[in-house]
Order: sequence, then C-alpha cells, then structure tokens
Amino acid sequence: MIDWISPHPHGIYLSLADCWIDPSRAVERALITHGHADHARGGHQKVWATPETQAIMKLRYGEAENNIPMAYGDAVDIGGGITASWHPAGHVLGSAQILLERAGERVVVTGDYKRRADPTCARFEVVPCDVLITEATFGLPIFTHPPIAGEIAKVIEALAANPDRCVLVGAYALGKAQRVIAELRLAGHHDTIYLHGALMRMCDLYVEHGVDLGALAPAAGMTKDALKGSIILAPPSALNDRWSRRLPDPITAIASGWMRVRQRAVQRNVELPLIISDHCDWTELTETIRELSPSETWITHGREEALLHWCGLHQLKARALELVGREEEDDG
Amino acid sequence: MQNFSALIDALIYTRSRNGKLALIADYLRETPDPDRGWALAALTDGLDFPAVKAGTIRALAVTRVDPVLFALSRDFVGDTAETISLMWPPQPTKAPPPTVSEAVTELAAITRATVGAELAQLLDRLDPNGRFALLKLATGAMRVGVSARLAKTALAQAFALELDDVEEVWHALQPPYAELFDWAEGKIAKPDSTNLPIFRPFMLAHPLEDGTVDLTDYAAEWKWDGIRVQIVHMGGEVRIYSRGGEEITRSFPEIGTGLTWQGVVDGELLVRGAHQGGEDGGAASFNALQQRLGRKTVSAKMLAEAPAFVRLYDILFDGPEDVRSLTWQQRRVRLEVTMPLLPTERFDLSQLIEASDFAALAEIRSQARDAAIEGVMLKRRDSVYVAGRRVGQWYKWKRDPLVADCVLMYAQRGSGKRSSFYSDYTFGCWTDDPANGGELLPVGKAYSGFTDEELKSIDSFVRKNTTARFGPVREVEKSFVFEVAFDAVQDSKRHKSGIAMRFPRISRIRTDKPAEEANLIADLRAMIGS
Repeated sequence: MIDWISPHPHGIYLSLADCWIDPSRAVERALITHGHADHARGGHQKVWATPETQAIMKLRYGEAENNIPMAYGDAVDIGGGITASWHPAGHVLGSAQILLERAGERVVVTGDYKRRADPTCARFEVVPCDVLITEATFGLPIFTHPPIAGEIAKVIEALAANPDRCVLVGAYALGKAQRVIAELRLAGHHDTIYLHGALMRMCDLYVEHGVDLGALAPAAGMTKDALKGSIILAPPSALNDRWSRRLPDPITAIASGWMRVRQRAVQRNVELPLIISDHCDWTELTETIRELSPSETWITHGREEALLHWCGLHQLKARALELVGREEEDDG
Repeated sequence: MQNFSALIDALIYTRSRNGKLALIADYLRETPDPDRGWALAALTDGLDFPAVKAGTIRALAVTRVDPVLFALSRDFVGDTAETISLMWPPQPTKAPPPTVSEAVTELAAITRATVGAELAQLLDRLDPNGRFALLKLATGAMRVGVSARLAKTALAQAFALELDDVEEVWHALQPPYAELFDWAEGKIAKPDSTNLPIFRPFMLAHPLEDGTVDLTDYAAEWKWDGIRVQIVHMGGEVRIYSRGGEEITRSFPEIGTGLTWQGVVDGELLVRGAHQGGEDGGAASFNALQQRLGRKTVSAKMLAEAPAFVRLYDILFDGPEDVRSLTWQQRRVRLEVTMPLLPTERFDLSQLIEASDFAALAEIRSQARDAAIEGVMLKRRDSVYVAGRRVGQWYKWKRDPLVADCVLMYAQRGSGKRSSFYSDYTFGCWTDDPANGGELLPVGKAYSGFTDEELKSIDSFVRKNTTARFGPVREVEKSFVFEVAFDAVQDSKRHKSGIAMRFPRISRIRTDKPAEEANLIADLRAMIGS
C-alpha cells in the first residue's frame, strides 16, 4: 500500500514533497501533465512541466517566475525522497505522464492520454508502474474511436460535394485544432485553412515548436465568396454563434469523441459529426490497464464507474478518485 | 444495408426539409428493388415485426455484454437501440452484411423463440451504423424526423410525380412497392385505386382579409378549434387522416366503431367536454384534444374520459359515388341526409350560421367567444370540392386575436437558419401588481410573428441582458415587453400560472412600455372562454 501519495478533491498531493499534481487551484509547488485549462491553472508559485507545456501556460497565463522545464525522460528530486519524471502521453503538444518513484515504488499519473499516432505530439510511451492513476474520459464501452483518416476524409468529401458552401469544424483550441489541420495536410489538403481568432495564437505556438500546419489565415475580414469551398476552424462555442453568420452556408462539424453518440451531435446542431478524440477509447483504456497490470489502478476524470466495474470483473484492484474541476466540455 | 444506414444517419443530421427530401429522393432513385421499397415502407411506418420488442432487444444485449456496463452506457446514450449498436461485440462471421430486403425477410420470419439468436446473427454481420439502422427497422421506430407524408413527397420528387397521385395509389399497394416503382419509372400504367380507403387531398380556404362577401353567394358556418380530419370508410376499412394526409386511425379507434355507412366525409375532430356548441353535447378545448394526439395506443380510461367525435363539414364520397364535382349546396344536402346513418355519439353536423347579411354575420361572429370556435368559414354555395386553396371559393374568417402585454423571461436558440439567433421566447405576466410584490410567471412561448429586423433586436437584447444560463436556455433581465397575440386562453394544470395560450405569437415589440405595466395573470384569466 503506497501511502506517500494522496488524492484530494483539488488534485493529487505528495505531502512528503509538499507538491500537487494538476491542482485545480493555485498552489506553491505544482507538477503539471499538460496545458489544458482543467489541468494547468494559472497562479502557481513554482511549476514543473515539459518545455512545451510551460510555453502553453505562458501564453495563457503570462510569465511565471520559478518554472522548471522538464524534457521527456528528465527526472528531478522534488524532496521527501521522491523523484519525478515526465514521459510522453500522446494527448497534445507537450503532454506527459508523470512517473513518481520513491524507495522502489512507482506511481504513474497519466494525465490525459491517447495511444494512437498524432503528427502534432510525441507518442505515448508505456511506463511500468505499481500504481496507475488513469483518466477515464471515454470510460464506457460505447466509445470506439474510428481511425482518424476516415473522419478526415469525410471533411474533404463534404467540401468536394458542396463547392458553394464551407466546412466549419468546431475543434478545441489546444490540441484538437492543430491535429485536425495536420491530419488534413497528411490527407493531401493544402489549401489555406481559415481560423477563428481564438485559435490563431495556439496554432502559432505549435508552428514555433516545429509542427507544420501549412497555410493558415484568419477568417475575419474574408468575404463570403472568398470562403466558399474552404475549411474553417473555430472553437465549438462559436459554431452556432453570431461569428458564424459571416460564413457561406457552413456545413457544421465538430471534432470530438462525443460525436459517437448521435443525440450529442444533434443537440449541438452538427451536420457532420467527426469522431476524433485525443483520449483513449474504451478498448485502449482497458488494454492499457491490462498491459501495465499495475497492482492498483486509480481512476479519475470521467466515467469512473464503468471502468471501476470492469476492473472488478477482471479481478484488478481499483478505486475511483473524485477530483473537482474536470470538465468534459469541448475537451473530447 | 450500408446505403440504408447511411441514409438514416444523414437524415438524423440534416435539419432542413429540402435537405431531407433530396436525401430520400436520391436513395429511392439509386437503390434497386426491392431494397428501396422496404426502405420506403420503413420510413412510412409500414413495417411491423411483432416478435421484436424493445424488451427483446435489451435482453439480447446482455447476452453479449455485462449488464452493469450496458445499464451505465444506456444511461449515457439515452436510447437502447443506439447503445446496443455502439457496444455490440460482434462474433466473427463470414456472412456479408445483409441487404435491406434480406434483413426484412429474416425479421419477418423471426418468432419469439428464435428472436435472440436470429437478431444476434444479423447484428454480427453489420457495422455500428448498420446495427443502429437494423434495430430501428426491427422495432419500427425510425425517429429520423421524417413523416410518412414527407417520404411520399420525396418519392414524388424523385420521379417527377404529383403527390396527389402518389397518395391515391399508395393504399392500393403493399411493401416492397414494386408496382409503385414500376409506375414511377413509367414502366406500367397507374395502379387502380378505386374503392380503396385512401386519402383525398383537402379543400382549403384563404383567409378573408379586409373584404366582405355576399351571403347570397356564400354560406357561413363555424370553424371549430380541433383538428381537420377526413374519415374514409371504403373497401371494408375505416381510416382517419389528418390535414397533411397522415393516418391517425390508431389514436382515435372509437371513431370507426359502429360505422356502417361507407364513403368519405370531411370534418373537425373534437373531444367531448364542458365547452358548449353543437346539439349533442359540446366540445372540450383544444388542450383536451392535444392529450390524445400522437398516441399509438389509447387506454380505456382515455376513451372514457376524453371521447372523440367528428363535427362534419362536407362529404366527398357517398358510398362509392364521388360527389366532389357536385356544388357545395348539393353536397350539403347529401351530408344532411347522411347524418341519420351515422352513429350520433361519434358524429354531428356543423351548423350553418343564419344571418340576414354580412353586417349581421359580423355581429354574430363578434359575440361568439366559445373557446371551441376558431372563427367563421365562408363557402361559395356553387363551389365544387377541389384540392388545395382556390381563389374566391372558400374563406376562413378567424376571430380577431386577443392580445396581452407580456414580459420576456427566457430565450432559446432556434434551429436551422435561426440556429445563431435567440428566437424562441418564453414570456410571463404578473401574479399581482409588482408594486405589491407581484412576480412574473410564464404564460406562454412564441417563435413567430416578428420581422427579421425585430428578431435581430430581440436577439441582441437577450445577449446583452442574460442573467442566467440553463443549458441552451438563457434567462434575461425582466425588462423587455412584447404584445402577444393569441386565439384563446385555456385552463391548464401543466403551467404554474394555471393558464395556457392558444397560438401565441409576437404581435409587436413594446419598447415604449415598462415591464411593470405588463398585464396581470388575472387579466388573462378573465379572457378564458372569451
């Protein structure tokens, strides 16, 4: 029984080192898995995170004073005999699992992760451990994310079939938007992709970190005629809002794992649901647990109940953590 | 099955009527027989597999998946068929996906004893979208926002047919409608539909705007506030059709009971109730009728508490004889002599209004505030019965609407072209003078009556004055006043205010009026029955 790590509603706490992992309120010492706002809040005194995550936090919250960049594989002694190291999680640029080691005991905090290849970030690495603290965003057996190439092909087909319209893709500003753009490029779409203002800076940040996104331009100021036949990306909240009135009869798409469920798509007025997720689907979650076969699995961040039940069915020791401030919205 | 499931999915995600029509039309043109015929039957509610029930499907699911995981998933998805389609773990099979017609043939052969195994084998042969379409097909509830009428319209559109012709031959034919498609593609002559219980398009009225008519040429009768129906008794079958040609027989099984007379009549479907009107018992308000609409089965309690009847306006067929080419005056005589042949508890005659001249009629109309009366119909005495609206033949002269000043309370976004606008409004009136601590309670909802410019200004008000959000709904600062027009006010147990408006619409924006001066609920209450 590992007793030097304890879950709290506001994050995971390491009392021996007085450190929090992904705390949902400002703390003195924080270890951060990745840059999404429900994991990386502003206002911490000292932050350990990958250089990319540090850059994302700087873009969102401004300069922090005592930031320690941790490249993948780097380890640091954070006190109390605990060593922390960062390993690729495959979720978004800079996303990491954090491995904590003390006296031969190993705990992995996955943060958010996916197992599939993503041209915009480093691929998930398997890190053996005694305790696995895993997310469960898509922790129901209804969730199977299809191969992304087929979903991207739907966008390109819709565009070809409707030359007088545009395809408006709702995609979360950090990660999903850049992945969709990069996958469109891989599929041979090299036209300029237009962006809602809220996506511009994050795309620039990706480009600065060496991710090739091709020709991008703001949608603002373009005429309806000029946007016909184009792909436009916006945050999901802007899809049905006044912003989209400037577009030529948009075919509304959302890129999210939630689009697997028809009513979810219908509720959001989506005409072209794209099942594209930066999280594991059910099969990947359960296979990751099997593959690592930790002595204990802690489940957080999503539909803990189903995954907990599954662990029970397979005689795997597991518990659900109830952390606050984890949002499903748009982060699928 | 893949093309059919792609159609079903596309219909779910397509909101516009024209978009849905085009999707169905393309499918019907491009898909071979008999698949397209079965698909058309599925879309027009023409398939029934009694061995397959929602309960069977649930039981089937837990033969392959853990019951707890199924229940958790079902909770999240909200639809049993979709849940199974998404989580079904297929067993490997060499069999290719079934065609629609193979699936229908197998489903039809299933018995309660074999349903589990047979359905499982079909599901194993399909991908998730295919499984969804199959399960929807099997349970007979497509729910893709397509009415039978819309599917028939798409068929007419696909093959450049007249919708009336499609309706006419429809009931002469059976799924998978090979003959229908042969006719549609010009391979055979139009199938014979004589003496079949089919829908004949309604004759409709133009609104009487400001003019008058000469009562020597026009007869006047009350326009009742129920739903317009056509009762068809032909070929040994009674069918009830609503305005759009949808069959609603199952919702009102009592109407056909004891009906021996054969032919086709046109009238208003009403529910017995306290409001007066007519000679044999009165009609209840529309609210009472609404409780019975859209039901596939009707309980004995409902039949006893809210029995339906039809108040007749016109006759189209007298026995096998088509009397539509007779004048209204001649048909009226036919209808009057037919009345004694109809069960009196189910049918009565809509009375004509006797008035010496138009001014006298206007006086009678202004006195009539029975909630079951919507207005006055004026019919040319020499008018023959023809489909649709014809200039100068029939007029509807609705009662002047009632109006009240109401305060905007909540707004929700519309759909389709209005999806970026807050265009659905819930408004309220005061329980008491706000100076005495009166509160606003919702009294109705409206989505129409405003111009595009007015919509923009209300939308902008909503965005700038939001005080709370409940999912898609915004609560706003209680300061925006509308004049709302409506046809009647009725008692309602469903609303906290205790009243419900009939046909509310925004008649104008009252920027000149402070919210405190909007109407009281008591003012609306005083309009009940008026």
